[in-house]
Amino acid sequence: MGLDVWNWFPADAQTLLLILGKIILILIPLMLCVAYITYAERKIIGYMQIRIGPNRVGPRGWLQPIADAMKLMFKEVIIPTKSDKFLFLIAPVLSIMPALAAWAVIPFDRGMVLTDVNAGLLYILALTSIGVYGVIIAGWASNSKYAILSSLRVGAQIVAYEIAMGFALVGVLMASGSLNMSDIVEGQAGGISSWYIWPLLPLFFVYFISGVAETNRAPFDVAEGESEIVAGFHVEYSGMAFAVFFLAEYANIILISSLTALLFLGGWLSPFEGMVDAGHWLGETSLFWFFAKACFFAFCFLWFRATFPRYRYDQIMRLGWKVFIPVTIVWLFVEAVMVVAEVGPWAV
Amino acid sequence: MTITDFLFFAFAGATIMAALGVVSSKNPVHSALFLVLTFFSASAIWLMLEAEFLAITLVLVYVGAVMVLFLFVVMMLDINIAKMREGFVSYLPVGALFAFMMLAVMVYVVGPVGPDVMGTAALDNAVKHGPEYSNTEALGEILYTDYVLAFEIAAVILLVAIIAAISLTLRRRPATKYQTPANQIKVKRNDRLKIIKSDAEVLK
Repeated sequence: MGLDVWNWFPADAQTLLLILGKIILILIPLMLCVAYITYAERKIIGYMQIRIGPNRVGPRGWLQPIADAMKLMFKEVIIPTKSDKFLFLIAPVLSIMPALAAWAVIPFDRGMVLTDVNAGLLYILALTSIGVYGVIIAGWASNSKYAILSSLRVGAQIVAYEIAMGFALVGVLMASGSLNMSDIVEGQAGGISSWYIWPLLPLFFVYFISGVAETNRAPFDVAEGESEIVAGFHVEYSGMAFAVFFLAEYANIILISSLTALLFLGGWLSPFEGMVDAGHWLGETSLFWFFAKACFFAFCFLWFRATFPRYRYDQIMRLGWKVFIPVTIVWLFVEAVMVVAEVGPWAV
Repeated sequence: MTITDFLFFAFAGATIMAALGVVSSKNPVHSALFLVLTFFSASAIWLMLEAEFLAITLVLVYVGAVMVLFLFVVMMLDINIAKMREGFVSYLPVGALFAFMMLAVMVYVVGPVGPDVMGTAALDNAVKHGPEYSNTEALGEILYTDYVLAFEIAAVILLVAIIAAISLTLRRRPATKYQTPANQIKVKRNDRLKIIKSDAEVLK
Protein backbone atom coordinates (compact mmCIF):
# COMPACT_ATOMS: atom_id res chain seq x y z
CA MET A 1 0.00 0.00 0.00
CA GLY A 2 2.72 2.45 1.06
CA LEU A 3 4.73 1.64 -2.07
CA ASP A 4 1.75 2.51 -4.30
CA VAL A 5 1.77 6.05 -2.95
CA TRP A 6 5.53 6.20 -3.57
CA ASN A 7 5.19 5.05 -7.19
CA TRP A 8 2.54 7.66 -7.79
CA PHE A 9 5.26 10.34 -7.68
CA PRO A 10 7.09 11.03 -10.97
CA ALA A 11 10.65 9.66 -11.16
CA ASP A 12 12.31 13.07 -10.74
CA ALA A 13 10.26 13.82 -7.66
CA GLN A 14 11.19 10.43 -6.21
CA THR A 15 14.89 11.21 -6.58
CA LEU A 16 14.38 14.62 -5.06
CA LEU A 17 12.46 13.20 -2.09
CA LEU A 18 15.11 10.51 -1.55
CA ILE A 19 17.88 13.12 -1.51
CA LEU A 20 15.89 15.36 0.83
CA GLY A 21 15.31 12.38 3.12
CA LYS A 22 19.03 11.59 3.17
CA ILE A 23 19.86 15.24 3.91
CA ILE A 24 17.48 15.17 6.87
CA LEU A 25 19.02 11.89 8.05
CA ILE A 26 22.44 13.55 8.04
CA LEU A 27 21.47 16.93 9.45
CA ILE A 28 19.34 15.82 12.41
CA PRO A 29 22.08 13.68 14.00
CA LEU A 30 24.58 16.41 13.14
CA MET A 31 22.52 19.05 14.92
CA LEU A 32 22.13 16.73 17.92
CA CYS A 33 25.90 16.23 17.93
CA VAL A 34 26.39 20.00 17.79
CA ALA A 35 23.99 20.48 20.71
CA TYR A 36 25.70 17.84 22.81
CA ILE A 37 29.26 18.84 21.92
CA THR A 38 28.51 22.17 23.58
CA TYR A 39 27.43 20.24 26.68
CA ALA A 40 30.49 17.97 26.41
CA GLU A 41 32.71 21.01 26.08
CA ARG A 42 31.41 22.60 29.26
CA LYS A 43 31.59 19.30 31.15
CA ILE A 44 35.05 18.28 29.91
CA ILE A 45 36.60 21.70 30.45
CA GLY A 46 34.87 21.74 33.82
CA TYR A 47 36.47 18.49 34.90
CA MET A 48 39.85 19.56 33.52
CA GLN A 49 39.63 22.65 35.69
CA ILE A 50 38.42 20.63 38.71
CA ARG A 51 34.84 21.85 38.77
CA ILE A 52 31.61 20.11 37.84
CA GLY A 53 30.18 22.05 34.92
CA PRO A 54 26.45 22.31 34.13
CA ASN A 55 24.44 19.90 36.31
CA ARG A 56 21.14 21.66 37.03
CA VAL A 57 18.88 21.16 33.98
CA GLY A 58 17.63 17.58 33.76
CA PRO A 59 19.48 14.56 35.16
CA ARG A 60 23.20 15.45 35.47
CA GLY A 61 22.63 18.49 33.28
CA TRP A 62 21.76 16.49 30.16
CA LEU A 63 19.01 18.90 29.12
CA GLN A 64 21.29 21.94 29.32
CA PRO A 65 21.72 22.28 25.51
CA ILE A 66 17.93 22.13 25.04
CA ALA A 67 17.48 24.85 27.64
CA ASP A 68 20.18 26.97 25.96
CA ALA A 69 18.54 26.53 22.56
CA MET A 70 15.11 27.53 23.95
CA LYS A 71 16.59 30.60 25.59
CA LEU A 72 18.34 31.72 22.40
CA MET A 73 15.25 31.13 20.28
CA PHE A 74 13.08 33.38 22.41
CA LYS A 75 15.66 36.12 22.75
CA GLU A 76 15.28 39.24 20.64
CA VAL A 77 17.65 39.66 17.70
CA ILE A 78 18.97 43.18 18.07
CA ILE A 79 20.03 44.93 14.86
CA PRO A 80 22.38 47.88 15.41
CA THR A 81 21.00 51.16 13.97
CA LYS A 82 24.01 52.00 11.82
CA SER A 83 24.57 48.45 10.59
CA ASP A 84 24.12 47.16 7.07
CA LYS A 85 20.90 45.28 7.84
CA PHE A 86 20.83 42.86 4.92
CA LEU A 87 24.46 41.80 5.30
CA PHE A 88 24.10 41.74 9.08
CA LEU A 89 21.31 39.17 8.83
CA ILE A 90 22.77 37.14 5.98
CA ALA A 91 26.21 36.74 7.63
CA PRO A 92 25.16 33.94 10.03
CA VAL A 93 23.56 32.11 7.11
CA LEU A 94 26.77 32.41 5.05
CA SER A 95 28.60 31.04 8.04
CA ILE A 96 26.50 27.92 8.58
CA MET A 97 25.76 27.11 4.94
CA PRO A 98 29.25 25.79 4.01
CA ALA A 99 29.56 24.06 7.39
CA LEU A 100 26.46 22.01 6.56
CA ALA A 101 26.93 21.66 2.79
CA ALA A 102 30.35 20.04 3.22
CA TRP A 103 28.65 17.01 4.80
CA ALA A 104 27.25 16.08 1.38
CA VAL A 105 30.46 14.25 0.44
CA ILE A 106 31.47 12.84 3.83
CA PRO A 107 31.20 9.03 3.81
CA PHE A 108 30.15 7.64 7.18
CA ASP A 109 30.53 3.98 6.28
CA ARG A 110 31.13 2.01 3.09
CA GLY A 111 28.56 3.40 0.61
CA MET A 112 26.91 5.51 3.30
CA VAL A 113 27.33 8.90 1.67
CA LEU A 114 24.94 11.46 0.19
CA THR A 115 26.90 12.08 -3.03
CA ASP A 116 29.97 10.06 -3.90
CA VAL A 117 31.45 12.69 -6.25
CA ASN A 118 34.86 12.35 -7.86
CA ALA A 119 36.12 15.73 -6.75
CA GLY A 120 34.97 15.30 -3.14
CA LEU A 121 38.17 16.47 -1.49
CA LEU A 122 38.31 19.57 -3.67
CA TYR A 123 34.66 20.31 -2.88
CA ILE A 124 35.39 20.18 0.84
CA LEU A 125 38.44 22.40 0.48
CA ALA A 126 36.37 24.95 -1.47
CA LEU A 127 33.51 24.93 1.03
CA THR A 128 35.73 25.25 4.09
CA SER A 129 37.42 28.20 2.39
CA ILE A 130 34.18 30.14 1.90
CA GLY A 131 33.09 29.74 5.52
CA VAL A 132 35.18 32.79 6.34
CA TYR A 133 32.75 35.12 4.52
CA GLY A 134 30.19 34.82 7.28
CA VAL A 135 32.69 36.05 9.82
CA ILE A 136 34.14 38.83 7.65
CA ILE A 137 30.73 40.14 6.60
CA ALA A 138 29.43 39.95 10.17
CA GLY A 139 32.37 42.01 11.34
CA TRP A 140 31.93 44.65 8.67
CA ALA A 141 28.14 44.86 8.72
CA SER A 142 28.00 45.30 12.50
CA ASN A 143 29.66 48.72 12.12
CA SER A 144 31.56 48.25 15.34
CA LYS A 145 35.28 48.64 15.87
CA TYR A 146 35.67 45.42 17.82
CA ALA A 147 33.81 43.46 15.20
CA ILE A 148 35.84 44.83 12.29
CA LEU A 149 39.13 44.21 14.09
CA SER A 150 38.03 40.65 14.51
CA SER A 151 37.09 40.20 10.88
CA LEU A 152 40.48 41.58 9.78
CA ARG A 153 42.20 39.09 12.04
CA VAL A 154 40.10 36.24 10.70
CA GLY A 155 40.73 37.20 7.07
CA ALA A 156 44.49 37.08 7.51
CA GLN A 157 44.43 33.95 9.63
CA ILE A 158 42.19 31.91 7.35
CA VAL A 159 44.15 32.76 4.20
CA ALA A 160 47.41 31.83 5.94
CA TYR A 161 46.24 28.46 7.21
CA GLU A 162 44.22 27.53 4.17
CA ILE A 163 47.39 27.23 2.09
CA ALA A 164 49.02 24.85 4.56
CA MET A 165 45.75 22.91 4.79
CA GLY A 166 45.52 22.65 1.00
CA PHE A 167 49.10 21.39 0.76
CA ALA A 168 48.39 18.76 3.43
CA LEU A 169 45.42 17.60 1.36
CA VAL A 170 47.65 17.47 -1.73
CA GLY A 171 49.77 14.99 0.24
CA VAL A 172 46.70 12.85 0.89
CA LEU A 173 45.66 12.83 -2.74
CA MET A 174 49.19 11.98 -3.84
CA ALA A 175 49.03 8.98 -1.54
CA SER A 176 45.59 7.84 -2.62
CA GLY A 177 45.67 8.91 -6.27
CA SER A 178 42.06 10.04 -6.00
CA LEU A 179 39.96 13.00 -4.94
CA ASN A 180 37.02 10.76 -4.07
CA MET A 181 36.50 10.51 -0.31
CA SER A 182 35.46 6.84 -0.36
CA ASP A 183 38.48 5.90 -2.49
CA ILE A 184 40.79 7.74 -0.09
CA VAL A 185 39.43 5.72 2.82
CA GLU A 186 39.53 2.42 0.92
CA GLY A 187 43.15 3.15 -0.03
CA GLN A 188 44.03 2.82 3.66
CA ALA A 189 42.62 -0.71 4.04
CA GLY A 190 44.73 -3.28 5.88
CA GLY A 191 44.79 -2.36 9.55
CA ILE A 192 46.33 0.42 11.56
CA SER A 193 49.76 0.21 9.87
CA SER A 194 48.45 1.13 6.42
CA TRP A 195 46.73 4.34 7.49
CA TYR A 196 48.06 7.48 5.84
CA ILE A 197 48.93 8.99 9.20
CA TRP A 198 52.27 7.12 9.25
CA PRO A 199 53.81 8.12 5.92
CA LEU A 200 52.16 11.56 6.16
CA LEU A 201 52.79 12.24 9.85
CA PRO A 202 53.98 15.88 9.42
CA LEU A 203 51.06 16.59 7.08
CA PHE A 204 48.67 15.07 9.61
CA PHE A 205 49.83 17.46 12.32
CA VAL A 206 49.79 20.43 9.94
CA TYR A 207 46.29 19.51 8.78
CA PHE A 208 44.81 19.10 12.22
CA ILE A 209 46.40 22.24 13.67
CA SER A 210 45.37 24.23 10.58
CA GLY A 211 41.89 22.81 11.08
CA VAL A 212 41.86 24.20 14.61
CA ALA A 213 42.99 27.56 13.22
CA GLU A 214 40.36 27.49 10.43
CA THR A 215 37.56 26.96 12.94
CA ASN A 216 38.87 29.88 15.04
CA ARG A 217 39.15 27.71 18.11
CA ALA A 218 41.55 28.09 21.01
CA PRO A 219 44.54 28.58 20.89
CA PHE A 220 43.84 30.34 17.56
CA ASP A 221 40.72 32.20 18.70
CA VAL A 222 42.02 35.75 18.24
CA ALA A 223 38.81 36.34 16.28
CA GLU A 224 36.82 36.14 19.51
CA GLY A 225 39.54 37.30 21.86
CA GLU A 226 37.13 38.13 24.65
CA SER A 227 39.84 39.77 26.74
CA GLU A 228 40.88 42.19 23.96
CA ILE A 229 37.99 42.68 21.53
CA VAL A 230 35.03 41.56 23.69
CA ALA A 231 33.65 38.78 21.47
CA GLY A 232 34.99 39.82 18.09
CA PHE A 233 32.80 39.47 15.04
CA HIS A 234 29.63 38.42 16.90
CA VAL A 235 29.72 41.08 19.58
CA GLU A 236 26.61 42.79 18.13
CA TYR A 237 24.65 39.57 17.60
CA SER A 238 22.07 38.16 19.98
CA GLY A 239 19.41 35.49 20.04
CA MET A 240 19.13 33.12 17.07
CA ALA A 241 21.53 35.16 14.88
CA PHE A 242 24.24 34.51 17.45
CA ALA A 243 23.15 30.89 17.88
CA VAL A 244 23.63 30.25 14.16
CA PHE A 245 27.28 31.38 14.38
CA PHE A 246 27.63 29.08 17.33
CA LEU A 247 26.09 26.15 15.45
CA ALA A 248 28.40 26.81 12.50
CA GLU A 249 31.49 26.81 14.72
CA TYR A 250 30.60 23.48 16.29
CA ALA A 251 29.48 21.94 13.00
CA ASN A 252 32.91 22.93 11.67
CA ILE A 253 34.64 21.31 14.63
CA ILE A 254 32.82 18.05 13.94
CA LEU A 255 33.59 18.41 10.22
CA ILE A 256 37.33 18.90 10.76
CA SER A 257 37.40 15.99 13.24
CA SER A 258 35.60 13.73 10.78
CA LEU A 259 37.84 14.79 7.90
CA THR A 260 40.99 14.11 9.90
CA ALA A 261 39.60 10.68 10.76
CA LEU A 262 38.73 9.99 7.11
CA LEU A 263 41.89 11.28 5.48
CA PHE A 264 44.56 10.10 7.89
CA LEU A 265 43.04 7.41 10.12
CA GLY A 266 41.12 5.31 7.64
CA GLY A 267 37.60 6.54 8.48
CA TRP A 268 35.29 3.60 9.02
CA LEU A 269 38.08 1.00 8.64
CA SER A 270 38.96 -1.05 11.70
CA PRO A 271 42.44 -0.65 13.22
CA PHE A 272 42.47 -4.41 13.99
CA GLU A 273 41.81 -5.52 10.42
CA GLY A 274 43.52 -8.86 9.87
CA MET A 275 44.56 -9.10 13.53
CA VAL A 276 41.42 -10.70 14.96
CA ASP A 277 39.39 -13.67 13.65
CA ALA A 278 37.36 -13.02 10.53
CA GLY A 279 33.81 -12.02 11.42
CA HIS A 280 34.67 -10.63 14.83
CA TRP A 281 33.21 -7.16 15.19
CA LEU A 282 36.58 -5.65 16.13
CA GLY A 283 37.96 -6.49 12.70
CA GLU A 284 34.91 -5.40 10.72
CA THR A 285 34.52 -2.00 9.13
CA SER A 286 31.75 -0.09 10.83
CA LEU A 287 30.25 3.28 11.61
CA PHE A 288 31.55 2.80 15.14
CA TRP A 289 35.21 3.22 14.12
CA PHE A 290 34.50 6.41 12.21
CA PHE A 291 32.54 7.77 15.14
CA ALA A 292 35.23 6.82 17.66
CA LYS A 293 38.01 8.42 15.63
CA ALA A 294 36.02 11.59 14.99
CA CYS A 295 35.13 11.79 18.69
CA PHE A 296 38.79 11.59 19.64
CA PHE A 297 39.64 14.62 17.49
CA ALA A 298 36.59 16.52 18.70
CA PHE A 299 37.80 15.81 22.23
CA CYS A 300 41.22 17.23 21.25
CA PHE A 301 39.52 20.50 20.25
CA LEU A 302 38.02 20.78 23.73
CA TRP A 303 41.24 19.68 25.36
CA PHE A 304 43.21 22.41 23.53
CA ARG A 305 40.73 25.00 24.69
CA ALA A 306 41.12 23.96 28.31
CA THR A 307 44.92 23.84 28.28
CA PHE A 308 46.52 26.27 25.81
CA PRO A 309 46.78 30.03 26.19
CA ARG A 310 45.79 32.10 23.16
CA TYR A 311 48.43 32.68 20.48
CA ARG A 312 49.59 36.21 19.92
CA TYR A 313 48.63 37.49 16.47
CA ASP A 314 52.17 37.69 15.05
CA GLN A 315 52.90 34.20 16.35
CA ILE A 316 49.87 32.87 14.50
CA MET A 317 51.14 34.42 11.27
CA ARG A 318 54.64 33.07 11.87
CA LEU A 319 53.37 29.54 12.52
CA GLY A 320 51.20 29.57 9.43
CA TRP A 321 53.55 31.12 6.89
CA LYS A 322 57.02 30.31 8.20
CA VAL A 323 56.53 26.88 9.77
CA PHE A 324 53.56 25.05 8.29
CA ILE A 325 53.95 25.99 4.63
CA PRO A 326 57.66 25.08 4.43
CA VAL A 327 57.02 21.84 6.34
CA THR A 328 54.26 20.80 3.95
CA ILE A 329 56.24 21.72 0.82
CA VAL A 330 59.29 19.75 2.01
CA TRP A 331 57.16 16.78 2.92
CA LEU A 332 55.42 16.83 -0.46
CA PHE A 333 58.89 16.46 -2.08
CA VAL A 334 59.77 13.66 0.34
CA GLU A 335 56.49 11.98 -0.48
CA ALA A 336 57.08 12.33 -4.22
CA VAL A 337 60.45 10.59 -3.80
CA MET A 338 58.78 7.87 -1.71
CA VAL A 339 56.12 7.35 -4.38
CA VAL A 340 58.73 7.08 -7.15
CA ALA A 341 60.92 4.78 -5.05
CA GLU A 342 57.80 2.75 -4.17
CA VAL A 343 58.36 3.04 -0.43
CA GLY A 344 55.16 2.99 1.58
CA PRO A 345 51.59 1.86 1.06
CA TRP A 346 50.78 3.91 -2.06
CA ALA A 347 47.87 3.12 -4.31
CA VAL A 348 49.77 4.08 -7.47
CA MET B 1 12.22 23.40 -20.81
CA THR B 2 14.13 20.70 -18.98
CA ILE B 3 15.45 21.14 -15.46
CA THR B 4 18.98 21.62 -16.90
CA ASP B 5 17.79 24.50 -19.07
CA PHE B 6 16.01 26.03 -16.12
CA LEU B 7 19.16 25.77 -13.96
CA PHE B 8 21.29 27.25 -16.75
CA PHE B 9 19.04 30.27 -17.17
CA ALA B 10 18.79 30.73 -13.41
CA PHE B 11 22.56 30.75 -12.96
CA ALA B 12 23.23 32.75 -16.13
CA GLY B 13 20.69 35.33 -14.97
CA ALA B 14 22.28 35.42 -11.53
CA THR B 15 25.73 35.91 -13.10
CA ILE B 16 24.54 38.87 -15.17
CA MET B 17 22.58 40.48 -12.36
CA ALA B 18 25.51 40.09 -9.98
CA ALA B 19 27.94 41.47 -12.56
CA LEU B 20 25.68 44.49 -12.99
CA GLY B 21 25.63 44.82 -9.24
CA VAL B 22 29.44 44.98 -9.16
CA VAL B 23 29.53 48.12 -11.30
CA SER B 24 26.33 49.77 -10.09
CA SER B 25 26.37 49.39 -6.31
CA LYS B 26 27.34 52.47 -4.32
CA ASN B 27 29.31 50.72 -1.64
CA PRO B 28 32.64 49.08 -2.60
CA VAL B 29 32.06 46.27 -0.08
CA HIS B 30 28.78 45.47 -1.80
CA SER B 31 30.59 45.52 -5.15
CA ALA B 32 33.15 43.03 -3.86
CA LEU B 33 30.39 40.77 -2.54
CA PHE B 34 28.55 40.99 -5.87
CA LEU B 35 31.77 39.90 -7.54
CA VAL B 36 31.83 36.89 -5.21
CA LEU B 37 28.29 36.07 -6.30
CA THR B 38 29.33 36.44 -9.96
CA PHE B 39 32.17 33.96 -9.48
CA PHE B 40 29.83 31.62 -7.68
CA SER B 41 27.17 31.54 -10.36
CA ALA B 42 29.82 31.31 -13.10
CA SER B 43 31.20 28.27 -11.29
CA ALA B 44 27.72 26.76 -11.22
CA ILE B 45 27.56 27.14 -15.01
CA TRP B 46 30.95 25.44 -15.34
CA LEU B 47 29.65 22.66 -13.14
CA MET B 48 26.78 22.16 -15.60
CA LEU B 49 29.36 21.87 -18.40
CA GLU B 50 30.86 18.87 -16.54
CA ALA B 51 33.94 20.93 -15.73
CA GLU B 52 33.79 20.21 -12.02
CA PHE B 53 37.50 20.69 -11.43
CA LEU B 54 37.48 24.20 -12.93
CA ALA B 55 34.22 25.05 -11.18
CA ILE B 56 35.44 24.05 -7.73
CA THR B 57 38.87 25.59 -8.28
CA LEU B 58 37.20 28.87 -9.25
CA VAL B 59 35.39 28.88 -5.92
CA LEU B 60 38.46 27.74 -4.03
CA VAL B 61 40.93 30.22 -5.52
CA TYR B 62 38.87 33.28 -6.39
CA VAL B 63 36.09 33.13 -3.81
CA GLY B 64 38.04 31.46 -1.02
CA ALA B 65 41.32 33.34 -1.27
CA VAL B 66 41.49 36.25 -3.75
CA MET B 67 38.17 37.86 -2.86
CA VAL B 68 38.81 37.46 0.86
CA LEU B 69 41.93 39.61 0.42
CA PHE B 70 39.98 42.05 -1.77
CA LEU B 71 37.31 42.41 0.91
CA PHE B 72 40.04 42.74 3.48
CA VAL B 73 41.41 45.81 1.69
CA VAL B 74 38.07 47.29 0.62
CA MET B 75 36.62 47.04 4.14
CA MET B 76 39.39 49.25 5.47
CA LEU B 77 38.89 52.01 2.91
CA ASP B 78 37.34 55.17 4.24
CA ILE B 79 35.42 56.34 1.19
CA ASN B 80 33.03 59.21 0.81
CA ILE B 81 30.31 57.46 -1.16
CA ALA B 82 28.50 60.64 -2.26
CA LYS B 83 31.71 62.00 -3.79
CA MET B 84 32.31 58.77 -5.68
CA ARG B 85 28.87 59.01 -7.24
CA GLU B 86 29.56 62.47 -8.70
CA GLY B 87 31.46 61.42 -11.81
CA PHE B 88 29.11 58.61 -12.79
CA VAL B 89 27.27 60.40 -15.61
CA SER B 90 30.37 62.04 -17.09
CA TYR B 91 32.24 58.73 -17.19
CA LEU B 92 29.25 56.87 -18.57
CA PRO B 93 29.88 57.46 -22.35
CA VAL B 94 33.54 56.33 -22.12
CA GLY B 95 32.55 53.33 -20.01
CA ALA B 96 29.73 52.40 -22.37
CA LEU B 97 32.08 52.69 -25.38
CA PHE B 98 34.61 50.32 -23.82
CA ALA B 99 31.87 47.93 -22.74
CA PHE B 100 30.55 47.87 -26.29
CA MET B 101 34.03 47.25 -27.73
CA MET B 102 34.59 44.38 -25.29
CA LEU B 103 31.23 42.91 -26.24
CA ALA B 104 32.02 43.22 -29.96
CA VAL B 105 35.36 41.46 -29.55
CA MET B 106 33.78 38.68 -27.49
CA VAL B 107 30.98 38.14 -29.99
CA TYR B 108 33.58 38.12 -32.81
CA VAL B 109 35.73 35.53 -31.00
CA VAL B 110 33.21 33.17 -29.42
CA GLY B 111 29.89 34.18 -30.98
CA PRO B 112 28.06 32.77 -33.99
CA VAL B 113 29.11 35.60 -36.38
CA GLY B 114 32.64 36.04 -37.70
CA PRO B 115 35.38 33.43 -38.06
CA ASP B 116 35.36 30.55 -35.55
CA VAL B 117 38.63 31.54 -33.81
CA MET B 118 38.08 29.52 -30.65
CA GLY B 119 36.57 26.46 -32.32
CA THR B 120 33.27 27.01 -30.53
CA ALA B 121 31.30 25.52 -33.42
CA ALA B 122 32.57 22.10 -32.38
CA LEU B 123 30.91 22.59 -29.00
CA ASP B 124 27.47 22.12 -30.54
CA ASN B 125 28.05 18.39 -30.67
CA ALA B 126 29.95 18.19 -27.37
CA VAL B 127 30.00 14.73 -25.83
CA LYS B 128 27.86 14.14 -22.76
CA HIS B 129 29.91 12.03 -20.37
CA GLY B 130 28.68 9.39 -17.96
CA PRO B 131 29.12 9.46 -14.18
CA GLU B 132 32.48 7.66 -14.47
CA TYR B 133 34.06 10.57 -16.37
CA SER B 134 36.52 12.52 -14.24
CA ASN B 135 37.16 16.04 -15.45
CA THR B 136 40.10 16.33 -13.05
CA GLU B 137 41.86 13.38 -14.68
CA ALA B 138 41.12 14.60 -18.21
CA LEU B 139 42.50 18.07 -17.42
CA GLY B 140 45.54 16.64 -15.68
CA GLU B 141 46.39 14.37 -18.58
CA ILE B 142 46.30 17.22 -21.11
CA LEU B 143 48.02 19.73 -18.84
CA TYR B 144 50.98 17.50 -18.04
CA THR B 145 51.51 16.13 -21.56
CA ASP B 146 50.48 18.36 -24.47
CA TYR B 147 50.64 21.69 -22.63
CA VAL B 148 53.38 20.93 -20.13
CA LEU B 149 55.65 23.71 -21.38
CA ALA B 150 52.97 26.40 -21.29
CA PHE B 151 51.91 25.15 -17.86
CA GLU B 152 55.44 25.33 -16.48
CA ILE B 153 55.99 28.81 -17.96
CA ALA B 154 52.77 30.03 -16.33
CA ALA B 155 53.96 28.57 -13.03
CA VAL B 156 57.34 30.30 -13.30
CA ILE B 157 55.68 33.64 -14.14
CA LEU B 158 53.52 33.32 -11.03
CA LEU B 159 56.59 32.47 -8.96
CA VAL B 160 58.38 35.57 -10.27
CA ALA B 161 55.33 37.65 -9.35
CA ILE B 162 55.38 36.22 -5.83
CA ILE B 163 59.08 36.94 -5.41
CA ALA B 164 58.62 40.47 -6.76
CA ALA B 165 55.75 41.15 -4.37
CA ILE B 166 57.71 39.83 -1.41
CA SER B 167 60.85 41.77 -2.31
CA LEU B 168 58.79 44.99 -2.41
CA THR B 169 57.76 44.59 1.21
CA LEU B 170 60.88 42.88 2.54
CA ARG B 171 62.92 45.75 3.86
CA ARG B 172 64.86 46.24 7.04
CA ARG B 173 62.95 48.17 9.64
CA PRO B 174 65.35 48.87 12.51
CA ALA B 175 62.61 50.42 14.62
CA THR B 176 60.53 47.26 14.72
CA LYS B 177 61.16 44.93 17.61
CA TYR B 178 61.37 41.27 16.70
CA GLN B 179 61.35 38.23 18.89
CA THR B 180 63.17 35.07 17.97
CA PRO B 181 60.98 32.15 19.07
CA ALA B 182 64.01 29.84 19.13
CA ASN B 183 65.67 32.07 21.73
CA GLN B 184 62.43 32.35 23.65
CA ILE B 185 62.15 28.59 23.92
CA LYS B 186 65.82 28.21 24.87
CA VAL B 187 65.44 30.44 27.90
CA LYS B 188 65.93 28.63 31.19
CA ARG B 189 64.74 29.75 34.56
CA ASN B 190 68.20 30.82 35.67
CA ASP B 191 68.56 33.27 32.75
CA ARG B 192 65.67 35.36 33.94
CA LEU B 193 65.28 34.71 37.62
CA LYS B 194 67.69 35.03 40.50
CA ILE B 195 66.64 33.85 43.92
CA ILE B 196 68.37 35.79 46.67
CA LYS B 197 68.47 34.37 50.14
CA SER B 198 68.11 36.99 52.80
CA ASP B 199 67.59 36.80 56.49
CA ALA B 200 64.27 37.85 57.83
CA GLU B 201 64.60 41.17 59.55
CA VAL B 202 62.23 43.51 61.23
CA LEU B 203 62.58 47.21 60.62
CA LYS B 204 62.47 49.24 63.74
